[in-house]
Amino acid sequence: MTSWIDIGSLEDIPLRGARVVKTSLGCVAVFRASDDSVFALHDRCPHKGGPLSEGIVHGHKVTCPLHNWVFDLETGAATGTDEGEVATFATRIEAGRVLLDASVLEKQTAA
Amino acid sequence: MSTKRKLVVIGAGMASGRALEHLLDAEPDNWDITLFNAEPRGNYNRIMLSPVLSGEKTYQEIVTHDDDWYAQRGITCRFGEKVSAVDRDAKTVTGADGIPLPYDKLLVATGSAPFIIPLPGHDLDGVIAYRDLEDTNAMIDAAAKPDAKAVVIGGGLLGLEAAAGLKMRGMDVTVVHLMGHLMERQLDEAAGYLLRKALTDRGINVLCSANSKEIVGEDGRVKALLLDDGTELPCDLLVMAVGIRPNTQLAKEAGLAIGRGIHVDDQMVTSDPDVLAVGECVEHNGAIFGLVAPLYDQARIVAKTLTGEDAAFVQKEVSTKLKVTGCDLFSAGDFADGEGREDIVLRDPARGVYKRLVIENDRVIGAVMYGDTADSNWFFGLIKDGEDISEMRETLIFGPAYQGGDPLDPMAAVAALPDDAEICGCNGVSKGDIIAAIHDGANDLATVRAVTKASGSCGTCTGLVEQVLGVTLGDDFVIPAAQSVCGCTDLTHEEVRRLVKSQELKSQQAVWQELGWKTKDGCHVCRPAINYYLLADWPVEYQDDPQSRFINERKHANIQKDGTFSVVPRMFGGMTTPDELRAIADAADKYNVPTVHVTGGQRIDLLGVKGEDLPAIWADLNKAGLVSGHAYSKGLRTVKTCVGSSHCRFGTQDSTGLGVKIEKKLWGAWSPHKFKLAVSGCPRNCAEATCKDLGIVCVDSGYQIGVGGAAGMDVRETDLLVQVPSEQEAIDVTVAFYQLYRENAKYLDRPYKWIAKVGLDWVRERVVDDLENRQALIDRFALSQSVYQKDPWAEHVRERADSYAPVADLTLQAAE
Ligand code: SRM
Ligand SMILES: Cc1cc2nc3c(=O)[nH]c(=O)nc-3n(C[C@H](O)[C@H](O)[C@H](O)COP(=O)(O)OP(=O)(O)OC[C@H]3O[C@@H](n4cnc5c(N)ncnc54)[C@H](O)[C@@H]3O)c2cc1C
Ligand code: SF4
Ligand code: FES
Repeated sequence: MTSWIDIGSLEDIPLRGARVVKTSLGCVAVFRASDDSVFALHDRCPHKGGPLSEGIVHGHKVTCPLHNWVFDLETGAATGTDEGEVATFATRIEAGRVLLDASVLEKQTAA
Repeated sequence: MSTKRKLVVIGAGMASGRALEHLLDAEPDNWDITLFNAEPRGNYNRIMLSPVLSGEKTYQEIVTHDDDWYAQRGITCRFGEKVSAVDRDAKTVTGADGIPLPYDKLLVATGSAPFIIPLPGHDLDGVIAYRDLEDTNAMIDAAAKPDAKAVVIGGGLLGLEAAAGLKMRGMDVTVVHLMGHLMERQLDEAAGYLLRKALTDRGINVLCSANSKEIVGEDGRVKALLLDDGTELPCDLLVMAVGIRPNTQLAKEAGLAIGRGIHVDDQMVTSDPDVLAVGECVEHNGAIFGLVAPLYDQARIVAKTLTGEDAAFVQKEVSTKLKVTGCDLFSAGDFADGEGREDIVLRDPARGVYKRLVIENDRVIGAVMYGDTADSNWFFGLIKDGEDISEMRETLIFGPAYQGGDPLDPMAAVAALPDDAEICGCNGVSKGDIIAAIHDGANDLATVRAVTKASGSCGTCTGLVEQVLGVTLGDDFVIPAAQSVCGCTDLTHEEVRRLVKSQELKSQQAVWQELGWKTKDGCHVCRPAINYYLLADWPVEYQDDPQSRFINERKHANIQKDGTFSVVPRMFGGMTTPDELRAIADAADKYNVPTVHVTGGQRIDLLGVKGEDLPAIWADLNKAGLVSGHAYSKGLRTVKTCVGSSHCRFGTQDSTGLGVKIEKKLWGAWSPHKFKLAVSGCPRNCAEATCKDLGIVCVDSGYQIGVGGAAGMDVRETDLLVQVPSEQEAIDVTVAFYQLYRENAKYLDRPYKWIAKVGLDWVRERVVDDLENRQALIDRFALSQSVYQKDPWAEHVRERADSYAPVADLTLQAAE
């Protein structure tokens, strides 16, 4: 089951940038690409834990700020020769508000 | 008594006009029709108001149904009469005469109403929307006044057509648009950029990312528009074209189901089986409409429903064209990026052409084109039909003319060019000229350039010239692979820098478009470089883009391996005071800073500060007069000094004072890489000046200025640039050298690497020998500092402290 949580307005996230949502399972980075699409990924690089929310966003990709691994925002997978994957969360935009599917987070806290 | 059924139509707009045509074609004699219209006229082609405004057409030419037409069909016209009530139980409507008029079927076609932003002053005279003939005439009248000025709020289709029309009537026009690029709902940024350029070229002033604050009036008439940033735009006419809202008031009062528009089913029937609706006033399956194509489909369906035929309205793709003469643009479908979607992009900077197709599952789902829309119908057809394009993918973007042939190979394309085809536009050099030069012995790019001048000016044709060499010489010529900035472009850093200056490219969009970037918005390699080049070359015009900076520069702190940050306040010339030290100590306590380290740059680093605490710790340090030390920047870092003549028994000059003066002049500036200086009071060189980017060693007779030192991954001693007698000259040479480096070096080249490329003599000529040029460099640096010399910490505390905090905290929510 999805459970949509309103985390803020689209304008709160800089274009080609990200903001962080704190959760009990760690931070989720919510990205806004140049075409105003929004993606949510676990804010932790599988390489050495870099905060992806602080990376440079280009197209539907983000570059980790620590050692420049590049991740696909749609799948959470590392691109190029690097291997690794970040968890992704569903998002939705409704009337300018960003909604995050927090069902995964909730399930795990409930357990 | 008539056996005809009574149909009452509310609204004589584009949708109802078309519906009546279909209905009366099918059943000419079955209906007794009354047509109400709030506007004092019948149906006309509303979308042609723009050519009326610009003077390219008259109102008479856009009337679609004249008096004769209604008369022949026995339609009772009640134009200029607004329907004020519908009584669904009694099945009557009430117009201006207050007498209920019965209906068997009611067709609501009230269209939509322009949205007026409720800014202070929105009700002043001279503030209008753009919807009907009255608005159009008001604009034409306003433009008749000599030297009249107009402001149009809204950079969408309507706003731009209004602006272009007013401009054609001689008005001074400014478009104020809230979003970052024009027509953002129909165009991507690249096409928006080209459109803006075309409008600017015809003298229309365009302000994007501009937020209106207040409409200023005088004696009840509009006088100016005030923006959030304090800009005041004087105007005699203010047109608001910011969007439309379906006209649902009447339907709502009549108790029909409405959402954003009047709810209709596939047959265009509302929640009342005897009431139908059509046009911009309806909502169908959650969608509302703003272009005529789907309304015409609806009109066909609603007519069939009235005649009892089965038919269903299906939403189709819509396409948009802007009706501004000379601006060819087209957009259709869905061109947002998305999972599994791919882009095909074609840019032809010389012709100002941009085309982009969005492909999903081997089908075109969206298209944006600017400058050349000749093939737009073909692409729109592909979108509508969902045709499989895998077979023609390679050449798809070139349009239908190329389909069925072999895929295009650039070498083959060049080989196929006729001899008189122009290769170098700047110098008018044809392919034939280049081939002639090659036959005369030129066998590389440099020689061809020297002989013919091809590629010698703007450089964009370099690749073409090389291809001609390749085609002509065959295997004897290997096209050199220059080190390009990154995969997004084939140009080198040096070429980009030159083109940014020579073509006066002042935005990232301009660079991507004019220089033919292969990606939509660059990557982490090119974006910071381009951002730097633009801000260095156009400090006033270009707006720095934090999203194109590495995290350290975006957050004005160095990120640590655990995601915390370090905070290094500036200590000019390595000087500090007990009060500053106390403030640093207090901050370290208050924010639980785990590590305090004295840096190699003569100042103090607070390491391990949480990202969320940055604004607060900065605010505390600011209170003690401390500003950012830019320890994170590709910019001015530190000026190390020794104590010099003020204390040291060997000191020849006031090295500390000079270091402080230089740092006060240079701090806050950005450069291709970091820039570190030092001033030593004597040749004992305690400040290690001879391994800095620029180091000054004081001697009895003056100041020895050395440049190009290094002490990082390479270690290298400075070379003497010049010795000057006065402190002022030492400062001048330093500033001029820094500016020359800022304007010319490749991003991420420290000065020693740059000097190795251009030569120390080249540098010396410009900052030492040519005094006029030295002064010009100093002046340009001062201009840049007028924008960039500010404490970013204070600015962020003031303006964007929020952005350092999480946008939401779900840990709290989960606990509830
Ligand atoms: C803090 C400091 C070390 C210290 O604790 O003393 C330091 C710390 C870092 N240096 Fe440095 N450098 C520091 C003085 C130096 C010096 C000595 C100096 O400035 O007198 C050098 C040699 C001189 C030079 O600049 O070449 C130096 C040469 C480097 C280099 C190599 C540069 C090169 O061109 O070879 C890098 C890497 C780079 O910039 O690409 C670097 C990069 C770094 C970074 C920014 C690495 C990074 O990207 O995270 C370190 C950040 C630590 C942090 O989180 O704050 N640091 N670094 C010094 C800060 C000085 C200041 O007050 O601003
Ligand atoms: C300047 C301009 C340029 C445009 N350019 C294009 C374009 O290039 N391409 C495109 O596809 N679309 C364009 N459009 C949009 C297009 O004109 C509309 O989509 C279309 O006119 C909507 O038709 P409609 O019949 O739903 O509403 P309308 O044409 O607005 O007709 C509704 C009518 O109902 C009347 N009315 C409302 N309430 C009442 C009431 N209570 N009683 C009586 N009468 C009432 C109104 O006075 C109005 O005359 C443009 C619009 C404008 C204003
Ligand atoms: S030398 Fe500089 S970059 Fe290397 S670990 Fe030390 S501080 Fe970091
Ligand atoms: S931590 Fe992300 S690339 Fe190293």
